[in-house]
Amino acid sequence: MIIRGDEPEQIRLIRKLYKPGNYFMQGDEAVSYGAIFAGCRFYAGYPITPASEIAETMARELPKVSGYYIQMEDEIGSIAAVVGASWTGLKSMTATSGPGFSLMQENLGYAIMTETPLVLVDVQRSGPSTGQATKGAQGDFFQARWGTHGDHTIIAVSPTSGQDAFWETIRAFNIAEKLRTPVVMLFDGVLAHTRELVRIPDIEEVEIAYRKLPANEEEAKLPFGDPHGDGVPPMPLFGHGYFTHVTGSTHKENGLRDVYTPEVHDKLVRRLHRKIEQNKDVYEKYEEHFTDDAEILVVSWGVTARPALGAVLKAREEGIKAGLFVPKTVHPFPGEGMKQLGKRVRAILVPEMNLGQMILEVQRFVNDDVLLKGVNKIGGVPLTVEEILREIRGVA
Amino acid sequence: MAKEIYSKYPLIKYLRKEALPTALCPGCGGGTVLNAFANAVDQLKIDPRDLVVVSGIGCSAWIASPYFLADTLHTTHGRAIAFATGVKVGLPDKKVVVISGDGDLAGIGGNHLIHAARRNIDITVILVNNFIYGMTGGQVAPTTPFGAKTTTTPYRNIEHPFQISETVAAAGASYVARWTTAHVYQLIESIKKALQVKGFSLVEVISQCPVQFGRRNRMKEPAEMLRWFLKNSVPISKAKKMKPEELEGKFVIGEFVNRERPEFVTELNKLIDEVQEHFGLKGE
Repeated sequence: MIIRGDEPEQIRLIRKLYKPGNYFMQGDEAVSYGAIFAGCRFYAGYPITPASEIAETMARELPKVSGYYIQMEDEIGSIAAVVGASWTGLKSMTATSGPGFSLMQENLGYAIMTETPLVLVDVQRSGPSTGQATKGAQGDFFQARWGTHGDHTIIAVSPTSGQDAFWETIRAFNIAEKLRTPVVMLFDGVLAHTRELVRIPDIEEVEIAYRKLPANEEEAKLPFGDPHGDGVPPMPLFGHGYFTHVTGSTHKENGLRDVYTPEVHDKLVRRLHRKIEQNKDVYEKYEEHFTDDAEILVVSWGVTARPALGAVLKAREEGIKAGLFVPKTVHPFPGEGMKQLGKRVRAILVPEMNLGQMILEVQRFVNDDVLLKGVNKIGGVPLTVEEILREIRGVA
Repeated sequence: MAKEIYSKYPLIKYLRKEALPTALCPGCGGGTVLNAFANAVDQLKIDPRDLVVVSGIGCSAWIASPYFLADTLHTTHGRAIAFATGVKVGLPDKKVVVISGDGDLAGIGGNHLIHAARRNIDITVILVNNFIYGMTGGQVAPTTPFGAKTTTTPYRNIEHPFQISETVAAAGASYVARWTTAHVYQLIESIKKALQVKGFSLVEVISQCPVQFGRRNRMKEPAEMLRWFLKNSVPISKAKKMKPEELEGKFVIGEFVNRERPEFVTELNKLIDEVQEHFGLKGE
């Protein structure tokens, strides 16, 4: 179990098992190794294409680092077990794809309400429903944001390559631990199954964050308080004699249910929001390429950010002043960065493997005088450099 | 008045005082179950610090979570056993107990119940079967007797009730027993056994809900329901010799299974040891 105090043994195991260097691996494998480097020692899941290789890799690797793999009876049970394990102090993860993600939504909400750190990887595939089970897509952008009910917050990150998946998985765990909240990773079937070069670093290069534990009995008695003013309560883990009560119902700072007092609900849910809003520095991340003098901005995420960069490079060769903005944390959307860029450019293109989802977030932050256009493709085949370039030329 | 009663209760030390009084209706069997559980813990001298109690949604889910003073996890509807699975893996040396109702554990959560039994994970489940969805207003449950009236079977129930203990025993649990709230001492003994068994254990408690079930089925007084339990209870040894039609509407009580099978978390840790041995990963 990799909880504080256990690092030397874990570092010894990781050093012995995973020599730094370049490896040829699938995106799903890169996610798994990222999780293990981040300290994930509990995985519960249910097989689903195109996420199954994460389960397979975790089943193979976790026992080597004293970690636990369980194949549960369904996706609902998987995320439930992950929440249970997280309350014992284990860094925990599950991975799934669209239909499984839908099933996990209720307990994702539970994890938000009970402030349980975990990482949920959604390897997006075509939908709705069973859709194209083996094909990639980017249609779960809003399922990640609004899939569960109520006034909830969510943090979602999205990597753009196998290498990026390794580091973004680590970042997802660190965000989850620092803010005591679930973090969704929006991956996709294309990158999940693409084999490419991934550099495995030395464990020393990896930042490993741990959740805040109660400093004393007083703090342990208020598992849902805010003693440090950062909105993040220390987490009294199960098994330490704190007699902690955890419920998904509206609760007071001591954990006891109170669903009748409006102020209790208001205070709790507003703090959960504040926790995310005031800790932007923990999770906000985006990349900019050639944006300094850009007149046409391409905004893209996940798998599509790669052909988007290719298209921007080609456009530059043709003398078109194109730039690229890539949110790496897609929820909460990096609105301020978007807003600043939106003021400077003439046109914005948003390529996505869906019929237009992130474009709605972009729209919220740019003025009406900017030409805003989606570049959308569905059917399971990624957008190509040429397809995006054609659209850039069209607005040049 | 209430304060006096609570302060006189000898097992009050096991209860979360700030959560009292309970939300259970007068005459509810939930109090008997909580009392039996507290007695079992007391008699076995289990430190509540070594207990994690998990429950789902509904009246019976409240019995121990929040009222029992231990680490308690009150989860989503039907998923208590799945949550408990993660807890048990993380804390293999603690006693992980699930206390919840029939609708929660055998209705929406039926799949987790049978798979936990199959896996034989060392969790003790106390399943409170009151034949009804009490908290949501008395709708038909998977355990409602054939012909009974509920708010969603206003004429009569045309479905057959789920035989929970039989199913869990068949699924592979290490220990299964069924009693009613009229069999308190036997119930305490079974909970004690279940807590000590290494493997998945289930104690099904047939419990009265005079408000939502009894009232609509000519048993509005709690005592009437208890008399109904006593009159219709058949010990399992006797039931084995009876024909299925003779057992219609009866409550078979007693121990269904008590056996040793490899336990999940033990096997999981054994596997980790083997893998680390195989790859030469053991510390110097």
